[in-house]
Amino acid sequence: MGILDSKTPSGPLADKWTKHKNDIDLVNPANKRNIDIIVVGTGLAGGAAAATLAELGYNVKTFCYQDSPRRAHSIAAQGGINAAKNYQGDGDSHYRLFYDTIKGGDYRSREANVYRLAEESVNIIDQCVAQGVPFAREYGGLLDNRSFGGVLVSRTFYAKGQTGQQLLLGAYAAMNRQINRGKIQAYNRHEMMDLVLVDGKARGIIARDLVSGEIQRHSAHAVVLATGGYGNVFFLSTNAMGSNVTAAWRAHRKGAFFANPCYTQIHPTCIPVSGEHQSKLTLMSESLRNDGRIWVPKRKEDAVAIREGKLKPTQLGEEERDYYLERRYPAFGNLVPRDVASRAAKERCDAGFGVNKTGEAVYLDFAAAIQRYGKEKALTSGIKDPDKETIIKLGEEVIEAKYGNLFQMYEKIVDENPYKTPMMIYPAVHYTMGGLWVDYNLQTTIEGCYCAGEANFSDHGANRLGASALMQGLADGYFVLPYTIGDYLSDDIRTGPIPTDSPEFDAVEKEVRDRMEKLMSGTGIHSVDYYHKKLGKIMWNKCGMSRNEKDLKEAIKEISELRKDFWENVKIPGEAGSKNQELEKAGRVADFMELGELFAKDALHRNESCGGHFREEYQTEEGEALRDDKNFKYVAAWEFKGEPKDAELHKEDLVYENIELKTRSYK
Amino acid sequence: MKLTLKIWRQKDASSKGQMVDYTLDGVEGDMSFLEMLDILNEELISKGEEPVEFDHDCREGICGTCSLQINGEPHGPDRLITTCQLHMRKFNDGDTIVIEPFRAKAFPVIKDLIVDRNAFERIQQAGGYISVNTSGNTVDANAIPIDKHAADAAMDAATCIGCGACVAACKNASAMLFTSAKVSQFALLPQGQVEAADRVQNMVRQMDLEGFGNCTNTGACEIECPKGISLENIARMNREYLSASVKG
Repeated sequence: MGILDSKTPSGPLADKWTKHKNDIDLVNPANKRNIDIIVVGTGLAGGAAAATLAELGYNVKTFCYQDSPRRAHSIAAQGGINAAKNYQGDGDSHYRLFYDTIKGGDYRSREANVYRLAEESVNIIDQCVAQGVPFAREYGGLLDNRSFGGVLVSRTFYAKGQTGQQLLLGAYAAMNRQINRGKIQAYNRHEMMDLVLVDGKARGIIARDLVSGEIQRHSAHAVVLATGGYGNVFFLSTNAMGSNVTAAWRAHRKGAFFANPCYTQIHPTCIPVSGEHQSKLTLMSESLRNDGRIWVPKRKEDAVAIREGKLKPTQLGEEERDYYLERRYPAFGNLVPRDVASRAAKERCDAGFGVNKTGEAVYLDFAAAIQRYGKEKALTSGIKDPDKETIIKLGEEVIEAKYGNLFQMYEKIVDENPYKTPMMIYPAVHYTMGGLWVDYNLQTTIEGCYCAGEANFSDHGANRLGASALMQGLADGYFVLPYTIGDYLSDDIRTGPIPTDSPEFDAVEKEVRDRMEKLMSGTGIHSVDYYHKKLGKIMWNKCGMSRNEKDLKEAIKEISELRKDFWENVKIPGEAGSKNQELEKAGRVADFMELGELFAKDALHRNESCGGHFREEYQTEEGEALRDDKNFKYVAAWEFKGEPKDAELHKEDLVYENIELKTRSYK
Repeated sequence: MKLTLKIWRQKDASSKGQMVDYTLDGVEGDMSFLEMLDILNEELISKGEEPVEFDHDCREGICGTCSLQINGEPHGPDRLITTCQLHMRKFNDGDTIVIEPFRAKAFPVIKDLIVDRNAFERIQQAGGYISVNTSGNTVDANAIPIDKHAADAAMDAATCIGCGACVAACKNASAMLFTSAKVSQFALLPQGQVEAADRVQNMVRQMDLEGFGNCTNTGACEIECPKGISLENIARMNREYLSASVKG
């Protein structure tokens, strides 16, 4: 076991969670009223956890940097949420969802956690429907499903292209109910600046009121971090502008191990970068790959002509197009997992077949789907021998009903009509599978500090399947953490309120104030964004879709130098004691500067390709990822030792008792 | 293109604000409106001035954080989008653009273009939920079939992002469109009907307490709403409210 004990329950896989719930200690309802819990982050995981914990009777304080919990970036998830309901009768089961998730993650996640996730997935749908989440329905009134990448069943539930929004608003409503009852105190526009440990246990946080600039102390018996992923270390990503790693990184510096930081998901279907001014990237839901076909021109000269504006994609016939995913992966075609689809796009663009000005875009084409749906709709509408225009009109209506908001979003950004000319897409940073190491109970290596949702490392291995992030966030928040945390808190029923006037709080508050003062004292000329963009470029060019030893070593050096420059020179106008968005950004970028280096170090040490981590030195002759189970079948959990470069590696060996390790194939 | 920007600057809630003029060169059509402001801010920082603070987060039109009254219209001249989705190609070289915060008594200014929308939070807290525990021990999701048209209508109402454009567009600063969207979503679903009467009364009471004005059916809110929330929701809320009042 070593230093990392996953605390996975014994017994058969399918019984572990039930057995564990029966075995763990409970806190009686009267005692729950004497226990305080801090929840940082109010997206799906944090919002759901806060609502359930409050409902169970604990006193909950929530913190979010946004002006409302409803604005957490879970809201931007478009396509859907998986659940092993088997409503379609296509052979789905807990086991199949478990299997798909482990395989999709390229055999780098913990079996017991993933099985629990698959079990709880069905509860989520029941729960959300009861809360009034308006999932899409069929004409018979039952719930509709669609397919996502990397699976052969239809298990994704959705609410148009706004599934994340509707699920988040469901959790937000559940929170509001508890706020109204006085069981949750919501601190919006507040940012966690650091974690406070007393006797080795997480007992509170230092927070900054982002409106007044006031530094505050908040104590609790346990602290839950549900603060999302760290994709913004790349500057350009599909994350919200404010998404950050600060809470997780502060906890890391205080003793929480950071696991698999290099596992990043680069999503294949995003709107390509348009210029230097770009501040963020926009995702086009993976659900589009249900109906869209991905291609580039077969001949390089056609690609060049398109780039120069001399040729239009619609002028190329079927035989002149290379549907490269269908060609390379006939079994899964356009629905291969995200990492595979992204790398395939990069491969074609690097080879000179890209189709936009920068040569970094491929087509996502709906013409075939419009034809297919148009003909079907004509039949069901009783139109005999429909003409071409009628078929296209009817087909476009069906596509609009399915993806209308995505098409509108695309048109607004790119200024082209995707019903008439194929969409252009390119991969972009979207999700981070790595995060704080947690055991089966979602506790980090700091006692009393828990971590849920994207912020932890637990369920997706080296690559996450589509529509699984929402599932994990809500499972952690509604159904896992509120129960496992009780086991820990059962020892705290006689502790009483945690005082905030202790030396421990004094010391951490001083650290926070000193750090802010140092940031404000920069004497250079460059803004926070200048440094953030530089960091992002290093990350994208050297730690992005494909990595190699030389680049990673350079990245480590460059990030370390950039960090030094940043701390000495970053220019922050205004003052610390009032609203100051530049200071807010600076604190977050400072932490990204450290995380980025650990990220590169982790990628450098993992001498294999798996999931989202592709090392150029480790690939098959056909360019597929080459995993090394003999040497790397473990979770890399890093312990902070003063500087990112000094971080110490701890390994949690992954044990596969129920699944045979295979080379992932989608051919 | 080169633009003249007239921007509301205000130090904090208690200070007096004023319009300040800036000129900005090198703006491209592919930039989003907020990216244009990013560039202005970079220039201000390099000159040692304080940047213009504005609310923004997802920059893809779904979180509802960004606001801005642009040339007198919430989220600017384009329709069915938020400010972050507005692109500079909608403007011309030499244009003057007036940028203000959302104006309403219930939305006090915090700093520059940022307003306090906590009044919306309190309206939701007063009843914007279905009182079901999150224990997971609910009936199977397919136990109650829901008419597709009702589910779709509920979804249309539920897409409100809570940005406050409806309030900023309304001459009475009414929050009826915002409140009615949530009332409608639940009133249209069987799960929400159980406590529909209490919900509409509690939410409307809170809305009035916050100092939002009444609705006079001008429809400005519907036109400016980035999510196309329909005025029909206000009619539905009025019916719900009336029937709840009659039932007592």
